[in-house]
Amino acid sequence: MDDYNSETDSDYASYWRDWFISTRGHEYFCEIDEDYLTDRFNLTGLQPEVHYYQYALDLITDVFDFDCDDETRESIEKSAKHLYGLVHARYIITTRGLQKMLEKYKKCDFGRCPRVLCRSHPLLPIGLSDVAHSKSVKLYCAKCEDVYSPKSSRHATIDGAYFGTSFPHILFQVYPALIPPKVNERYIPRCFGFKTHAMAALARWQEEQRANQDRRLLEAGVEVRRVESETIGDDSSSDDAS
Amino acid sequence: MDEEESWVSSFCNVLGHEYFAEVAEDFIEDDFNLTGLGSTVPMYKEALEMILDVEPEDDSDSMGSASESLSGDPTYRRSRGHQRTASDYSVIESSAELLYGLIHQRFITSRQGIQVMYEKYLANHFGFCPRVNCNSARVLPCGFSDTPGQETVKLFCPSCCDIYVPPNSRFQSVDGAYFGTTFPTLFLMTFPELDISGNGRKDLIASSSLNPSGGRRGARDTILPPINGIPANNIAPGLGKGKKYEMRIYGFKVNERARSGPRMGWLRDKPENLEELDEFAQYGGDAADDSDSAISEIEDDGEEDEEEEVEEDDEEAEEGLAYGPGVGASAVRVKRERGAKREEVAGEVR
Ligand SMILES: [Zn+2]
Ligand SMILES: [Zn+2]
Repeated sequence: MDDYNSETDSDYASYWRDWFISTRGHEYFCEIDEDYLTDRFNLTGLQPEVHYYQYALDLITDVFDFDCDDETRESIEKSAKHLYGLVHARYIITTRGLQKMLEKYKKCDFGRCPRVLCRSHPLLPIGLSDVAHSKSVKLYCAKCEDVYSPKSSRHATIDGAYFGTSFPHILFQVYPALIPPKVNERYIPRCFGFKTHAMAALARWQEEQRANQDRRLLEAGVEVRRVESETIGDDSSSDDAS
Repeated sequence: MDEEESWVSSFCNVLGHEYFAEVAEDFIEDDFNLTGLGSTVPMYKEALEMILDVEPEDDSDSMGSASESLSGDPTYRRSRGHQRTASDYSVIESSAELLYGLIHQRFITSRQGIQVMYEKYLANHFGFCPRVNCNSARVLPCGFSDTPGQETVKLFCPSCCDIYVPPNSRFQSVDGAYFGTTFPTLFLMTFPELDISGNGRKDLIASSSLNPSGGRRGARDTILPPINGIPANNIAPGLGKGKKYEMRIYGFKVNERARSGPRMGWLRDKPENLEELDEFAQYGGDAADDSDSAISEIEDDGEEDEEEEVEEDDEEAEEGLAYGPGVGASAVRVKRERGAKREEVAGEVR
């Protein structure tokens, strides 16, 4: 079901989807292929989730042809956005969807990690819940393996369920070569050049946990890619924000 | 003074300068606070005059209108009437900024200045941690280095003990050295009773009554016994069990043995029993005396950590010497394994 293999010529007709993904705030979405949308199998179970399901689907696939008042039209419009989001969560973990999101990842469409020591590593959108209307979209950094809130408030209203909890992890499962090496370097606050006891003790404890994990993985024969640190230092121009 | 905004005020009102405190005039006028800056800042005297809104001595009133055309910018207005060219002004202006920044670094670690920063902290001027599990904990501006011209200003989150790039690009022209590496730590030591987790934020905004140590009055009861000199509930409240992101696929935790499995858990981890961190108690040594002295709560890492913390030691060492407590001579060390690895990733992702 995941495979999409023909580059169809139907792209020229994707008015609604073009409009949707180019709307301000929708920068994280990719365009779902028409073939995927028209295969009923991919939409299994979504009907009860969306009002005016059929009309909404027609709108998304540019075959909407229904005379209705503005109010109904507005409801259908809203349903179409919701349906698109729900399908999007499924689509981006298909082979074709992963490819499209990967392109966006390479272009840093999802922004860069705000953590200084991640050195502007590109982020990926993620949901903290797969249930719609529960949490807004967040951003996952594969370098520090943590999640961050998007900078802009326009993304704070995007439902995290439209991306799902699994997407980034499936991406790295499918493209393991893209997993960034993990960096040991970490920040320890200082006071007049000295580390504080409490923070240094915590750091030592954490590093012990890391050593324990490495030992476990070594015994299990799992390769771990860690580096002590990256860039910084000499070139004062190492402005991570560039 | 009243009719016109002072240089300091107008500097602090510039877009992107929101993190700066207004350094008190008497602090700038005290020569002791400026020790060593004269040789660091070009056109020091002129720069200092500009900061203090002092009319240059060699001024002559007859030149009163010479620079009138520049008066659109409040910072030029201060020196009106003095015979200088626009390029002189821009040199002095940038010297004044540098000088102000370096004085600022000292001011915010002084008793007086840290109080000003405390007010700014409570007023949310520094923003919040972007990390989801920090629950909007307030952050503190800091430098990655104490030497100007190295790195732009960063934000330290006491809840996860990590540093972040400010969310807006306008802060990318602000030098991190103007805040320095010491400020966040000293701030947290000075106000040990602050609730630094994200949750208590609203309470703190409402409460402005401070106890003699600058903390929140009446908050004592909720403070756990200190570990290594810090109240236990202020040791990285955003880390540890329940505050760590766990990667899941279809609801199942990704096993660490998977090639794409978790490797960074340590960074956001914390012992469930914080007494594990109390190394004095653990090893039966003398417990740290609970004196307020910052010095008693810091440790001399001059020699022990050859492996970690490589890059900024050179500046830190100098700075440490300038401030007094003798820092070990662990200055310059070799950076390892950089560059090459990074290219590799870059090649893959971009
Ligand atoms: Zn990161
Ligand atoms: Zn944080």
